[in-house]
Amino acid sequence: MKKIVVGEGSCGIAAGAAKVYSAIEPLIEGSGIELKITGCIGMCYLEPIVDVYEGDALVQRLVRVSEKDAQAVVDAVKSGDFSGVEELKILEEDKEFLSKQTRIALRNCGIVDPTDIKDYQRRGGYEALKKVLTTMTQDDVINVIKTSGLAGRGGAGFPTWFKWNAAKNSVSKSGRKYLICNADEGDPGAFMDRAVIESDPHNLIEGMMIGAYAIGATEAVVYVRAEYPLAIVRLENAMKEARENGMLGKNIMGTGFSCDMRIKAGAGAFVCGEETALIESLEGKRGMPRLKPPFPAQAGYNLEPSNINNVETFANVPWILANGGEKFAAMGTEGSKGTKVFAVTGKVKKGGLVEVPMGMTLRDVIFGIAGGIKDGKKCKAVQMGGPSGGCIPYSMFDTVIDYKALGATGAIMGSGGMVVMDESTCMVGMAKFFLDFTTKESCGKCVPCRIGTKRLNEILTRIVNGEGREGDIELLEELCLAVKDGSLCGLGQSAPNPALTTIRYFRDEYEAHIKDKKCPAHECTALLKYSIDPEKCKGCTLCAKKCPAKAIDGEVKKPHAIRQQDCIKCGQCYATCRFGAISVE
Amino acid sequence: MCECNKKKSDLSLLSGVLDEYAKVEGSLITILQKAQDIYGYLPIDVIYHVAEATGNSPAKVLGVATFYTQFRLQPIGKYLIMQCQGTACHVNGSERIASAITEELGIKDGETTEDGLFTLSNVACLGCCSLSPVMMINGETYGTLTPEKTINILRELREKAEKEGQA
Repeated sequence: MKKIVVGEGSCGIAAGAAKVYSAIEPLIEGSGIELKITGCIGMCYLEPIVDVYEGDALVQRLVRVSEKDAQAVVDAVKSGDFSGVEELKILEEDKEFLSKQTRIALRNCGIVDPTDIKDYQRRGGYEALKKVLTTMTQDDVINVIKTSGLAGRGGAGFPTWFKWNAAKNSVSKSGRKYLICNADEGDPGAFMDRAVIESDPHNLIEGMMIGAYAIGATEAVVYVRAEYPLAIVRLENAMKEARENGMLGKNIMGTGFSCDMRIKAGAGAFVCGEETALIESLEGKRGMPRLKPPFPAQAGYNLEPSNINNVETFANVPWILANGGEKFAAMGTEGSKGTKVFAVTGKVKKGGLVEVPMGMTLRDVIFGIAGGIKDGKKCKAVQMGGPSGGCIPYSMFDTVIDYKALGATGAIMGSGGMVVMDESTCMVGMAKFFLDFTTKESCGKCVPCRIGTKRLNEILTRIVNGEGREGDIELLEELCLAVKDGSLCGLGQSAPNPALTTIRYFRDEYEAHIKDKKCPAHECTALLKYSIDPEKCKGCTLCAKKCPAKAIDGEVKKPHAIRQQDCIKCGQCYATCRFGAISVE
Repeated sequence: MCECNKKKSDLSLLSGVLDEYAKVEGSLITILQKAQDIYGYLPIDVIYHVAEATGNSPAKVLGVATFYTQFRLQPIGKYLIMQCQGTACHVNGSERIASAITEELGIKDGETTEDGLFTLSNVACLGCCSLSPVMMINGETYGTLTPEKTINILRELREKAEKEGQA
């Protein structure tokens, strides 16, 4: 049977996938063609994507489909002749985006219908849970995870089995134990957790139920960012399906094991990605981190034993239990096993979700899979780990993806945000961008973080405004170390990383801002100077008309000039000039 | 004289939510989320009412309400512009989009236009990084923005609202 599948993840919908679906729907009525949705395939740059199946075989993938193409697409599917939609067919080079990846956490994303449990089961879904509940002890499960080498994918990279074991061994007087999923994906630029929940929610449920059995949890909670409404809807629906099919709730699969699950929508606070802050938030309080110990495994949510893992960590669990820990551990490096999902964005040609084995180089991912830099510009750096991470310069792109190797650069693996920058991105501006973020998101509990991030932000602001002073770089470095040392949680301890790494690798840019009052990337507007070359200017008057500040003088057919004191540096004249007469420095 | 309690909201709208959650420990954030769904924001008298019903001090409730970015203490306009300030959007020029919005509407982050039509709110990341720079208005995402495109979208929405107002 023929089937049309429209990719409806958040990105796909934003690009118009829901409109494409609605346009196709009336056209296939009575034709016997089935119309389904799927989640995110990860090729965000090609959305909306429409897949055509014959039975279970993918026969054609169409990309950048708009609702106007609906009739042509349906005609092609009916006749089997796709020559009418030639320009929509995916290119061979784009197929490589997927074929170069190894997908475990994302193995069903963009393939199964996230709203249909049967689709998940057809691909072996819930088999691992069945195996666990019917043939394995709690220790067996923990041992498999130990063999696999799975480490926390939220960023810290702590061994998962160790946390599970601690929670399992922890005694609860009330008998209650909690398994919590951290889906408060706060790194601005990372969206793999959202994609997993939206595209393959049953995989998360299965992974969590395996974890719940291993530690002996009585209840599971998923803490989801409020900015992810679609993820919440899909997960709620999946939980309902799982309950109806006996995969969740009382007496799961008739084995006597019971554990139910609920969703808690976050309310927007980056610090809640820190596990103790998340617990405080679950308890309805301000999300401020707690002092450790006691660790959550001893006294977590409601002061009961609790275990917290990230979405991607859980998404690997069913595969590991189904295929064995050894098979997972066979991938990767000495210290980092398995695969990692990255959200590759920024100035790359092919932005999207990439899952690769640990041990690949940054170059493999950014150039080999994501196609390198767009618009013919030069690559400058990649930012990894968001506000807690750092910038790795292009010269170090042979660094392998490994917790230790990335840590040595000053950046971190992080949750998987990879924002690629070209020569037009100012690195001082980048550091300021993140410090601006952490200043706002600091919970205020520790003074060095609350006030230190603010002072760092102020110093960076004056540098990008051309008011930097001699000695500012050293001052930044000193203050960064103080904030790192004096903060309780990961937010404060890592907040200086964006500043420290940019100083380490791009000190010359800082110096250019401070000493020469110039921004080498031409991004900091306060430091730009626009001027008109009288030799090239034809006196067409276009720039003078366009200038919102009326700062350009000149008569028709005579060279124009910019009155610098009135120029607001908006760059509109530069964009308007057809003769290349306006320069910026 | 403090005028905190001067504004009168219809507190009866909240009774269903409070019946369900007021006595459930740890549900303060849930109650505030549902209250904001009802009123569009958190009026100060609602905060006092929630405090009383849940047995918390008003300071604690206000403390929670001001900690999380989702909660608003002021009413919002007909169109809520959520402008993405994520890293990918930043790299792809979200600052130019922000200044285009400010120039067109005369509002900055957190402010509402005088006619009550638009509220601008900066958000951390909408997760549509490949379409950056991005903004979301009342649930609809607008991607690959340029300053010109942004201004056109805002003008279209204003025209639409004006037409609806006349009809």
